[in-house]
Amino acid sequence: MLGTDDSQVRTVLARVLEEDRTALAHDWAGPETGDGGSPQLRREAVELVEALRQALTGTLPVSRIVEQDPAVRDALTSLSERRARAGAQPSATAMAILALKRTMLGAIERHTEDSALRYRAALLVNELLDSAGVLTFEVYSTGRERIIREQHSQMLELSTPVVRLWRHVLAVPLIGTLDSARSQVVMNSLLESIQANEARVAIIDITGVPTVDTAVAHHLLQTVSAVRLMGAECVISGIRPSIAQTITQLGIDLSHIVTRGSLADALATAMQLLGDSGRPGAVSG
Amino acid sequence: MLPDERTTPSGEHPVRVEEDLLAARHAVRAAAVAAGFSIVDQTKIVTAASELVRNAYIHGGGGTMTVESVRDAAGRHGLRLRVRDEGPGIADVEQAMTDGFSTGAGLGHGLGGTRRLVDDFDLDTAPGRGTTVTVVRWKP
Amino acid sequence: MNAGLPILRLGDILLSGLMSDLDDKTALAFTDELTTRIADEGIRGVIIDISRLEIVDSFVARVLMQLAGTGRLLGTRMIVAGMRPAVALTLTELGLQLTGVRTALNAEQAMELLGWRRPAEAAEEAPHAS
Repeated sequence: MLGTDDSQVRTVLARVLEEDRTALAHDWAGPETGDGGSPQLRREAVELVEALRQALTGTLPVSRIVEQDPAVRDALTSLSERRARAGAQPSATAMAILALKRTMLGAIERHTEDSALRYRAALLVNELLDSAGVLTFEVYSTGRERIIREQHSQMLELSTPVVRLWRHVLAVPLIGTLDSARSQVVMNSLLESIQANEARVAIIDITGVPTVDTAVAHHLLQTVSAVRLMGAECVISGIRPSIAQTITQLGIDLSHIVTRGSLADALATAMQLLGDSGRPGAVSG
Repeated sequence: MLPDERTTPSGEHPVRVEEDLLAARHAVRAAAVAAGFSIVDQTKIVTAASELVRNAYIHGGGGTMTVESVRDAAGRHGLRLRVRDEGPGIADVEQAMTDGFSTGAGLGHGLGGTRRLVDDFDLDTAPGRGTTVTVVRWKP
Repeated sequence: MNAGLPILRLGDILLSGLMSDLDDKTALAFTDELTTRIADEGIRGVIIDISRLEIVDSFVARVLMQLAGTGRLLGTRMIVAGMRPAVALTLTELGLQLTGVRTALNAEQAMELLGWRRPAEAAEEAPHAS
């Protein structure tokens, strides 16, 4: 980029920001955002202008100031986060940052008559604030993604309760689809519960699972192997006739897994398994 | 212009003698704990590291392991392991990635299985050029 | 060859545990020691507690599977007890099911599988001992 990094322009701009700091912040925070009275907004504006001034007196190239100068980055991040929490659209925040451009260009005009210098200063301001606008957008979408991820994992945990049916017998009623993220959560909470309850039999009830394709079957098989590695037995219940047909048609081999039609049948089987291992006390307890 | 993956190096570990396998595992465990991974994720990462360094030790005649904490453009944190050896390299990559295939000790799940324990998996190898495996596990 | 791991004998059962920092040499020495004792002492059951293992990689998995196989040939039941949930998940993801290895939730349940009864339960079953 033509001459944006020459020290003369940087010095001029830093001086503009120094001398007109309050006026700039006021101009910008006032009309552009609609609530010029907000002291919070005014303070953020002052902070941003001051951070930009300091960065310009430093040695970091203009193209990297927004990305790498910690004070500038912090000022922009906190400003966009606050606006996002207040419900502002990311485009409005980005526009507000870009409005600072006009304010700064106005101040430059007041400071120098030299049109070549004005032009170079304008280029610099453009480069600086365009990337600032982009950063506010990025902060917004990163925040949104984080919230979505958090909600997603909370939902996963909520939707997979492990219940204790009997002494040494646990059940997980699965409802909805079983993708790989969900199956990891199910496996994890089931295995932890097996350990905590010293469970000997875990029943996975799939009455609420709409379809069983090869991927779902794979996840079920994995869960069964993990349960067995822990030293417990696994029974799959709630296989509806249509699902049984699909499983057969797909050629999925569940023959080495104990399967039952209903949860009640599965519980009876679990009792039998407990009895077989020679512990009548465990069943009656 | 946007910040790309930023990395913090947390060290290079030799994989020369058998004791190094254990030391490498400890280093990865410490890095995974420091990065705040869950117990399950820690276990997966350390197991993946164990498979990779053992491969480098047995098939590659030794090498090095690098552990780095990384961050992607979306702000996600992750742990990156890079295990490099100057061994004979792998001629048939597809075969090496298949479960049940192994040219040395172990069960042959070294690569195919390890790939399932991580989010990103990259294998760089050719006969006579050694083998470099780079894996990343991202924090959910 | 001695692995330095304690192997306890309870009647005709051997009870042992693997440590968290299991290295390859120790694992192999342990296999040898255990196999020799099974053959020499007429052992009926072996319990290996792995509750302290933070990871089980393909090498350790292979050691356990070979031990189980050897034990079977010598007429012994081998039970691996106490695998941690995170380890079970990881092994499954790795594609290792420890085929041929019997498992139990903990050493106590493993003892029961081998026919030992908890004193409390044995008392409960006593015919109306009022």
